[in-house]
Amino acid sequence: MRIIRGALVIVFLVAACILAACSPEEHQQPVPVTRTQHSPPVTGDAIVEGTIGEASTLIPVLASDSASHAVAGQIYNGLVKYDKNLTIVGDLAQTFDISPDGLTITFHLRKGVTWHDGSPFTARDVLYTHRIIIDPKTPTAYAEDFKQVKTISAPDDHTIRVTYEKPFAPALASWGTGILPAHLLEGKDITKSPLARKPVGTGPYRFTEWVAGQKIVLDANPTYFEGRPYIDRYIYRIIPDTSTMYMEMKAGAIDLMNLTPVQYARQTSSRLFSSRFNKFRYPSSGYLYMGYNLRHPLFGDKRIRQAITAAINKDELIQGVLFGMGQKAHGPIVPGRWAYNPNVRDIAYDPKHAAELLAQAGWREKNADGILIRNGKPFQFTILTNQGNQQRLMSAQIIQQRLKYVGVDVKIRIVEWATFLKEYIDKGKFEVVMLGWNISQDPDMYDIWHSSKTNPGELNFVGFKNAEVDRLLVEGRGTFDIEQRKKAYFRIQEILADEQPYTFLYVPDSLPVVSARIRGVEPAPAGLGHNQIKWFVPKNEQVY
Amino acid sequence: MARYIIQRILMLIPLMLGITLITFTVIHLAPGEPVEMQVAMNPKVGKEARERLRKFYGLDKPLHEQYVTWVGKLARLDLGRSFSSDNRPVVDKIKERLPVTISLNIIALLLEFGLAIPIGIMAATHRDTWLDKGITVFVFVGFAVPTFWLALLLMYFFGVKLNLLPISGLHSLGSANFGTVQYLWDLAKHLIMPVMVASFGSLAGLSRYMRSTMLNVIGQDYITTARAKGLSERTVIYKHALRNALLPLITLLGFSIPGLIGGSVIFETIFAIPGMGQLFYQGAMSRDYPVVMGILVIGAFLTLIGNLVADVSYALADPRIRQGGG
Amino acid sequence: MAFRHSYFYAVFWQRFKRNRLAMAGATVVALLFLLSLSASFLAPYDPNSINAWSVLSPPSRQHWFGTDELGRDVLSRIMYGARISLKVGFVAVGIAVSIGTVVGLVSGYYSGLADAALMRFVDIMLCFPAFFLILAVITIREPSIWNIMIVIGLTGWMGVARLVRAETLSIREMDYILAARCIGCSDARIIFRHILPNAISPVLVSASLGVAGAILTESALSFLGIGVLPPTPSWGNILTSGKDFIEFAWWLSLFPGLSILITVLAYNLLGEGIRDALDPRVKR
Repeated sequence: MRIIRGALVIVFLVAACILAACSPEEHQQPVPVTRTQHSPPVTGDAIVEGTIGEASTLIPVLASDSASHAVAGQIYNGLVKYDKNLTIVGDLAQTFDISPDGLTITFHLRKGVTWHDGSPFTARDVLYTHRIIIDPKTPTAYAEDFKQVKTISAPDDHTIRVTYEKPFAPALASWGTGILPAHLLEGKDITKSPLARKPVGTGPYRFTEWVAGQKIVLDANPTYFEGRPYIDRYIYRIIPDTSTMYMEMKAGAIDLMNLTPVQYARQTSSRLFSSRFNKFRYPSSGYLYMGYNLRHPLFGDKRIRQAITAAINKDELIQGVLFGMGQKAHGPIVPGRWAYNPNVRDIAYDPKHAAELLAQAGWREKNADGILIRNGKPFQFTILTNQGNQQRLMSAQIIQQRLKYVGVDVKIRIVEWATFLKEYIDKGKFEVVMLGWNISQDPDMYDIWHSSKTNPGELNFVGFKNAEVDRLLVEGRGTFDIEQRKKAYFRIQEILADEQPYTFLYVPDSLPVVSARIRGVEPAPAGLGHNQIKWFVPKNEQVY
Repeated sequence: MARYIIQRILMLIPLMLGITLITFTVIHLAPGEPVEMQVAMNPKVGKEARERLRKFYGLDKPLHEQYVTWVGKLARLDLGRSFSSDNRPVVDKIKERLPVTISLNIIALLLEFGLAIPIGIMAATHRDTWLDKGITVFVFVGFAVPTFWLALLLMYFFGVKLNLLPISGLHSLGSANFGTVQYLWDLAKHLIMPVMVASFGSLAGLSRYMRSTMLNVIGQDYITTARAKGLSERTVIYKHALRNALLPLITLLGFSIPGLIGGSVIFETIFAIPGMGQLFYQGAMSRDYPVVMGILVIGAFLTLIGNLVADVSYALADPRIRQGGG
Repeated sequence: MAFRHSYFYAVFWQRFKRNRLAMAGATVVALLFLLSLSASFLAPYDPNSINAWSVLSPPSRQHWFGTDELGRDVLSRIMYGARISLKVGFVAVGIAVSIGTVVGLVSGYYSGLADAALMRFVDIMLCFPAFFLILAVITIREPSIWNIMIVIGLTGWMGVARLVRAETLSIREMDYILAARCIGCSDARIIFRHILPNAISPVLVSASLGVAGAILTESALSFLGIGVLPPTPSWGNILTSGKDFIEFAWWLSLFPGLSILITVLAYNLLGEGIRDALDPRVKR
């Protein structure tokens, strides 16, 4: 039977080949569309976004991959969110008040909001979400922030009051976590909940269909509290290969994806392309760095770290790896954020200066290969990075060549993620790592730089210890006063620029591309997604 | 004959145990742990979070205990739950992927046999002519060209340049609302490139095999006899020689089974086809032990059974073995 | 014995020479050897010399094959990559052939329990899709060139083992082996002095095809990002770095792609040629 069916498809295949080859009307050259400039928003059509990885679970507290969070973000709401200018505003909470001492936050929840299944949204859902996140049995990665909560209570169905032991600046932002429906989860094992595959949220799109390995389909929520999204469907198509995805976009089967710098600079500049797509470019919220193992005798010396930074040409990296689409980084805060200190004195590219610093540190002689030696030992180390990241690999290779010019022999080692973390990072078995941090909007970076976070498995794996930074970190997260926080974080950036526990390399630009038929796309500091429910496709250009 | 079959079935038991042992060993060559993927470099993940995840997945138990538990569950066809954060039963994941891979590969296999057999015969009957050489080079080019490169070139040419064929996936969006004919038509268009790439690559092995078996058969006495009887060349080749040359192909079919189940990681990745190959690759990359072990074991078991069926049918079909009683 | 051997090879060579495709394959294989051995003299540039300001420049008089995504000379990288790709092929096949030969010899010579156990092990290994095993080991260990060669070798010896076993089984019954046994030769001596040299020729065919397969496997692993790791150039990873630009930086995929194609083709034709020349049934 199976074979018969197979044979049938073969017949179809052959027929398809023949017909496809000789039907000229199928041979469509994409024609630039005449665009109505100021068409009023209308409903209809669909938007197709390409994604490399498939979501794993659509319960946001259980998810740790970006693909899952992207989809879940359309389905769920937090109590608060960032608006387009990155200020925190209410989402499921209409408003919120913070007590003068900063220890109590009161959220006034929206009334009349319903879950996608029609049940009303109440304070009970918030209490449940908090409870399940801090439950030790829940395999979640997000419990830390919520453990700072001292008490949480619901004075009535539409009010939530949270108190903290001490002022905790990231507290408010942490309530952006997606709120889960208590009526569907309470008393059940969340890890085995069907919601992971069939989520029920409060968001602008509701779940329709998930075809494993192919696509996730969401439909507009007609009763969304901020108004129904104009575009009827949101489809995530899973395409594991970047080249394939790029071709799908060119063929018009994908409306939204992120470009690589080469694609942005060299492959998408034609007239035809810009008539069919809009490209955007803005700084991303992450930076690439090279972190030194400060416990290693070689890198315990500040002059060595400074010398390596001086030997690296960050402009060259940005040129070679990003085609110029990025900015130099000189600290752990990306440009444009309020906590960013623009006046930090960065170590400039200066190989001579690098050589001097190295000489001061005792590296004066060179061997036959041009590599510096001290007490007969060559200056040699290994940059370790994770597998699967093209930009890091390219950066490491460029740095390898630059350091060779000043007499430092660099090896590159690429290790698969899990091994990378478990065997090298956690055990401190590395010399230099090349990694990136994606940073949250709140500048709190206690976990990365505080001296108490240097144990195995913690994030200050370079072993950075600085009493002043420790004090400033506590100060920075312990107040809501922006000016006071600014002062603390500005100073931290100065210290880090001098100490160079990392060589901060660059902040790449985000390079999304959106089909030109989709109107209303407005780039802002927060990126593109902030006004997504206002996107629309004029009637005469709708294709789905 | 019955004895032969029973013998073969009894032999399955140690073989299956061997399969589980190899699978388990392979997986535990790993120095790292799957939990790491989940907490991958997120500043907001604490140390306890990792411990918690470890316990949850039972990774804190000694190895032999993990093995015994696993085999015990396996016997009940319970492959465990995926380590990925969806925590779904591995059986479910395999079930939704296996049909895609198997049906795609059966189509490719049919095409491959359908092309390779005539090509092989042609090469054999025209031995040492330019046709034979041309065929040789052609099939080996198919084998030698890196799959993903060929796939990308085809995608670019037929998908982007000519806009004739869909580039990836199995269905167009909205295919759920198509009528049956339109639906199959859509599916067929999506399958053209992957099936072409898959069968082109495997043409070499089969057609060369066919050629040499055919040459072998043609050289035998009974063919000479048939020719001597004055039968036409066509009758000799297609009636007498072909029948005997086709018989060994049953065994070859048995060998194709791992590929049938395993599919190809490469072309499933490049054509975005949600099959076993992709599932396995993603599982391996994220250290999803239950998925990796599950696929290895299920794949190997099915192959084992497939080989058994092939051998038994060969025994039934070949009079020499049938009379010998195995 | 000596006479027997030289006669055998003379006949072999006579037959092989007449097969033009096989000769073409052998020539390409030989040229590749020369090329990879002399890469350090012939390559116009240092294969790892980066120029961030001239990335992805098209073929020109300075760079015959253009430059790659880091501004490195593609021609030089392909020349050095030949070394790596051939090394992967040969070491992997070396491992596979050694294991397969030993298992086949032992299995065929001793029969009985050892034979049964070894052959069941072969059966078990053949049940796994080889690429899955390779993938599993490479991803959970580290994707280094050594791991790749070892794993390809460890998953590719079963065919050789069966082949050598079959040969051994028939050779074992020959008069000269019985004679050797009678005059009190040790098993090891019989196996390695008398059986091995006569059982090894069909292995040459597998080896030649194996090299081709290993080169392809490495390129497939590179496509998945777990092949030979940059900056070390291999044909697989050069081709992979070019896959994102087939439309405008065609040179970055075309040249390594053709290199793989021609080489794999050559090894296949060579292998087939050896097979035909060895096969006493196929008369020419």
